[in-house]
Amino acid sequence: MELLCPAGSLPALKAALKHGADAVYVGLKNQTNARHFTGLNFAEGTLQDAVALTHAQGKKIHLAINTFAHPEQWQHWAQAVDDAIRCGVDVLIVADVSILHYIRTSYPQQEVHLSVQASATNQAAIEFYQQQFGVQRVVLPRVLAMNQVRALARSTTVDLEVFAFGSLCIMAEGRCYLSSYMTGESPNTAGACSPAAYVRWEEKEEYLESRLNNVVIDRFAPDETAGYPTLCKGRFDVDGQRYHPLEEPTSLNTLDLLPELYREGIKSLKIEGRQRSPAYVAAITKVWRAAIDHVLTSPERFQVQSEWSAVLSSLSEGSQTTIGAYHRSWK
Amino acid sequence: MQYSLGPVLYFWPKDTMQRFYREAAEQPLDTVYLGETVCSKRRELKLPDYMALAHELREAGKQVCLSTMTLLEAPSELRELKRYCDNGDFLVEANDMGAVQMLRSAGLPFVAGAAINCYNQHTLALLVDQGMTRWLMPVELSGDWLAQILRQPEVQERRHLFETEVFAFGHLPLAWSARCFTARSENRHKDQCELCCIRYPKGRTVTSQDGREVFVLNGIQTQSGERYNLVNQLPGMHKSVDMLRLSPEIEGTWEWLQRFRANEQGNAPITLASNECNGYWLKLAGMMQQ
Repeated sequence: MELLCPAGSLPALKAALKHGADAVYVGLKNQTNARHFTGLNFAEGTLQDAVALTHAQGKKIHLAINTFAHPEQWQHWAQAVDDAIRCGVDVLIVADVSILHYIRTSYPQQEVHLSVQASATNQAAIEFYQQQFGVQRVVLPRVLAMNQVRALARSTTVDLEVFAFGSLCIMAEGRCYLSSYMTGESPNTAGACSPAAYVRWEEKEEYLESRLNNVVIDRFAPDETAGYPTLCKGRFDVDGQRYHPLEEPTSLNTLDLLPELYREGIKSLKIEGRQRSPAYVAAITKVWRAAIDHVLTSPERFQVQSEWSAVLSSLSEGSQTTIGAYHRSWK
Repeated sequence: MQYSLGPVLYFWPKDTMQRFYREAAEQPLDTVYLGETVCSKRRELKLPDYMALAHELREAGKQVCLSTMTLLEAPSELRELKRYCDNGDFLVEANDMGAVQMLRSAGLPFVAGAAINCYNQHTLALLVDQGMTRWLMPVELSGDWLAQILRQPEVQERRHLFETEVFAFGHLPLAWSARCFTARSENRHKDQCELCCIRYPKGRTVTSQDGREVFVLNGIQTQSGERYNLVNQLPGMHKSVDMLRLSPEIEGTWEWLQRFRANEQGNAPITLASNECNGYWLKLAGMMQQ
């Protein structure tokens, strides 16, 4: 069972490797990746350094080209594939059918994983990508319950990767247009969700207000912690009731499920957070390394250690974590 | 221009549905999409009921297409999808790659719905080669984006093999989740939802704290708070769009169909209401109106 950690920068990558990641995943500094945030990601020169560093430690590096190619700039996405392969990355994580097809025909030996942005949630969809493009692994969207993950694990021949920890996308990834509805930029087209350029904070007499492209996402009383205005985690009104109609600010945490994920042969646990700091990556990686080592040694005696939970909670959105859709009660 | 009636996205009682489609049979529509695309627990109408409606609508001169579920998770949902694909008679709209897989494996033609991620000429060409005969563009794309795709050589050489369709009227389906937001709004778990969305024939409106309509909750689906309406863009669409889709509303759908038809050449533009939008088509944030 692989521990796959995020790296939005070279220092984050070093932190992940140092604290026990089996593999890291990165993106290029352009719109081909779904975490296209200012100040993050790798230009070709730093990518070569990242590959060298990772390989020197005997670990693997995955590169996400997981937005959808624009019609008149399609070549940029193909170019990203060419560049990544030339730099020697081990795995490409891809969502767009046309890019999968390009890799299949131009680099048939290249290992390809299906990005969560492709939104493959069922056996038939997995077959679509497996038969035509030879994807070796599928990253499952965060909408499946554990029993559904289990059913898939038992019926498919591709390797499965699941999100283990980090920001919780509550919508089926790759099919959520909420961000472009409000700002014009979405994960699919721009690699962005609730982009920072559209965020405004306003200090009022009684509250602190967050807006996204001028839409009020939340208002915080002085004693409340103000979180980033991700639009699906806002506080809105429904028939006079004010609450978080979609989701509260919270992070996904699957530590409790670890033995079961292991038993079902889940190949890789993905930690979300290419936008996070090296210190965050270091702390999270350390906890998950320890937890996975426990499971590998004695899966039946595995118990979540309280110090792991404490670290993870302290690094979570709103200091809250949830098991998310993996458990039916969340739905 | 051809006009289609999209699948009913909300959960309406059986008699409401049957009355609605009896009316639809009398309307100047070219195509009618039938089927549950949001939640597999909604079973007021089952496949045999939809098939009966499909035959009636066909006798009334409509082309009928069976629309399928968007978020497929359970093996039982795949089995139901298979029954739709194997209907033996009507064209099927795929809203998930799982459906594309079933249809292409069976050598059947299909419509690719808006939740199929087709953003460029190469993906479009691939889908056409697998049997796609109509393409409903993803809702977040603009008229410009569509034109860019259509002028690429890969698409030009296949242009006679497929039609283009654009979602032109109704609350936009913007996201699907494992969680049921309507059940959550009533403080229920999804497992004990008691199909409460049947009480909200227009979904439940979510407003921001300063009163703007932001979203509409429709079970596991989140829709745009504002109603998308391209009636005034219609005159400029004839070159790139073959069919416009109107998404059913509990009131006024047929009147809007008349207004669209009346404005084909731009002779009867409409002043949009403040809670309507057209941003996506115009390359703006979707919620904008211009």
